[in-house]
Amino acid sequence: MKINQLDFNNTPKIDQVGLTERAARFRTRSIKKAAKIQGLKMALNMIDLTTLEGKDTVGKVKQLCYKAVHPDDTLDVPTVAAICVYPNMVGIAKKALGNSGVKVAAVATAFPSGMSNLKVKLEDVRMAVDQGADEVDMVISRGKFHEGEFQYVFDEISTIKEACGKARLKVILETGELGTADKVRQASDIAIYAGADFIKTSTGKISPAATMPVTLLMLEAIKDYYLKTGKMVGMKPAGGISDAKTALHYLVMLRETLGQEWMSNTWFRFGASRLANDILMQLKKQETGIYQSADYFSKD
Amino acid sequence: MSKKQNSFSLKFDTEWEYAAAPESIDHIELKEKYDLFIGGKFIKPSSKKYFKTINPANEEVIAQVAEANEKDVDNAVKAARKAFPIWSKLKAKERGKYIYRIARLIQERAREFSVIESLDGGKPIRESRDIDIPLAAAHFFYYAGWADKLEYAFPNRKVEPLGVAGQIIPWNFPLLMAAWKIAPALACGNCVVLKPAETTSLTALKLAELIKDAGLPDGVVNIITGDGKTGAAIVNHPDIDKIAFTGSTDVGKLIQQSIAGTDKKATLELGGKAANIIFEDAPIDQAVEGIINGIFFNQGHVCCAGSRLFVQESIRKEVEQKLKARMETLIIGDPLDKNTDIGAINSKQQLESIEKYLKIGKEEGLTQFQTKVSIPNKGYFCRPTLFLDVAQSSRLVQEEIFGPVLTIQTFRTVDEVIEKANNTPYGLSAGVWTDKGSKAFNLSSQLNAGVVWANTFNKFDPTSPFGGYKESGFGREGGMHGLEAYLKIN
Repeated sequence: MKINQLDFNNTPKIDQVGLTERAARFRTRSIKKAAKIQGLKMALNMIDLTTLEGKDTVGKVKQLCYKAVHPDDTLDVPTVAAICVYPNMVGIAKKALGNSGVKVAAVATAFPSGMSNLKVKLEDVRMAVDQGADEVDMVISRGKFHEGEFQYVFDEISTIKEACGKARLKVILETGELGTADKVRQASDIAIYAGADFIKTSTGKISPAATMPVTLLMLEAIKDYYLKTGKMVGMKPAGGISDAKTALHYLVMLRETLGQEWMSNTWFRFGASRLANDILMQLKKQETGIYQSADYFSKD
Repeated sequence: MSKKQNSFSLKFDTEWEYAAAPESIDHIELKEKYDLFIGGKFIKPSSKKYFKTINPANEEVIAQVAEANEKDVDNAVKAARKAFPIWSKLKAKERGKYIYRIARLIQERAREFSVIESLDGGKPIRESRDIDIPLAAAHFFYYAGWADKLEYAFPNRKVEPLGVAGQIIPWNFPLLMAAWKIAPALACGNCVVLKPAETTSLTALKLAELIKDAGLPDGVVNIITGDGKTGAAIVNHPDIDKIAFTGSTDVGKLIQQSIAGTDKKATLELGGKAANIIFEDAPIDQAVEGIINGIFFNQGHVCCAGSRLFVQESIRKEVEQKLKARMETLIIGDPLDKNTDIGAINSKQQLESIEKYLKIGKEEGLTQFQTKVSIPNKGYFCRPTLFLDVAQSSRLVQEEIFGPVLTIQTFRTVDEVIEKANNTPYGLSAGVWTDKGSKAFNLSSQLNAGVVWANTFNKFDPTSPFGGYKESGFGREGGMHGLEAYLKIN
């Protein structure tokens, strides 16, 4: 490694005001007609359809898997990207999804708090991977990060990455607990250099979850890494994105920050549970000209 | 910084293109022919002449506008003089109410004003909708508040209005400049004769209609149209007490010569060639965005545009690379499309002037970068342009281009960049980008510019005074300072 390259105390500075202004500018783009339909279908295809609750049941996960593959059979729409569940549901989801192409992502590493030791976290990851998880969504140790133990955080991520084997690793920074834009940038760089395949904003368990400014600054960290190394890293904003219009604005932001190569579910995901239905409602509206009652869309 | 910096690039030629999203023009009301607004009525010009105002995005005629000659100017000044005793003696609180009413009416008709501003002047609807028109209303709101508080602005002094103000405004922010001029003048109890630029008369004429609807006493605001000759007639009219001009430095100099030896007061807001300075400790992505807004806002037709970029040498490659990438995402075209970032150049004449500078750049052998974006065949358009490694002595650095053209120079030390930034006849604005507060304060005290923005650019607010050093003019508009220009203070 060249000097300075891994100095996470000296990551690029972020101006919060400028960042927020830039993020707001994407919202002024007007996405209509063909661009809207194309964008909505792309967004649907990027969703990690998520259920992460203590009350998750086998039945619920199975139903969600059906929805993932058949979001709405009355419409010409793609599948979602993945189902995101707790490790003990991976086997069920894997079986239900079969060879549909929809991936199974498992949250692991003592999700959502990450308040455990590496040994337990690795067990958690192995359990998910052994059952066939295609993707692992881990959380960073926020406590260690705030204590300045960057090496610990870095090593933890790279060890877990190793344990993932072929599964792609999404690293959740839980930006709502990091405090400042500069800290989010530091955490993004640590995750990226430690081997994250994706960086992800939030667990969805605390507020604020994903916002446009925080997603923008993470996209910029991905951009800087790509410009230096030529290696692509994916991005997953998660939590709080529940309407189609906001999803389109995220895609505008992606398009104008990272460009064409990131515009697919290989490199961009929405972690969301309610977004899919709003997208379907909008697509139905484009087809019929009328907004239908929410009762016409399955609640899973 | 790794040597690989330049070998990877992002691709913005995407498969997902935004469909056209044009703002509707069904709701606007425009007459085919506009007369002069004098003494509260629209009256035919004694010149009997009208000139065409065109849409610079498609070169089609929008309307005919009256050409005011000396006699018309005289009529307008007389109407203003006649109204002066009424307006200046009106209770200040009542004056304030009228100005508030203008502000509210602008807000109510904001959509119509935005569309006409973009139709007539070529600026993107996003800017006229989000910046020009709301800011124009904000100026009226702000100065309405001052009308009955003038003695608090200047404690222990006696203040009186000047009388009749002749106001000549440019084509880059037509309604906003009218607001900057009219609002403080009225708040201080003056009457005005305002002349918009000949390529962008329509929103000023719509403002005349609005002022009529607001019920201002006849003659308090007179709006007359015409070209430079009309402007000269205003400047030379003997019964005008004050000239307020925003426009080119050349015309500003002529005005000063014309009014030399008279009692006329003047404020001049003229050209600029702002330095936008980016240090290696700056937040680079936000700085790049600020550079983009600094030079490409309003097609670069901004007197305070950040047209000279100074980049510290260690970050030059990164900044250039990111700047080019960001420029590739700028959308150029129909000003009425809500997704347009850069609209039409205001006039054929201005486009020719910009192209002259592009040619000079070529002749100087400079490295030029233009984006690949497609531009319409019809209308006046110019691709956003960078010139790299430009010399301080280049004409592109020395002269105001007033278009979407940015020059890039590098520097090593703080002293060097201060010297170069100040090495210009202008001094309207400057920008500094650094994460270090002390550096920003040091620079802002050493740069000879009326406004120094730190980690932002092109921010305007009615409460903040605006104006220049050196050949960028004198006098301040906006804020409490803006009142001084329209008062006798004893």
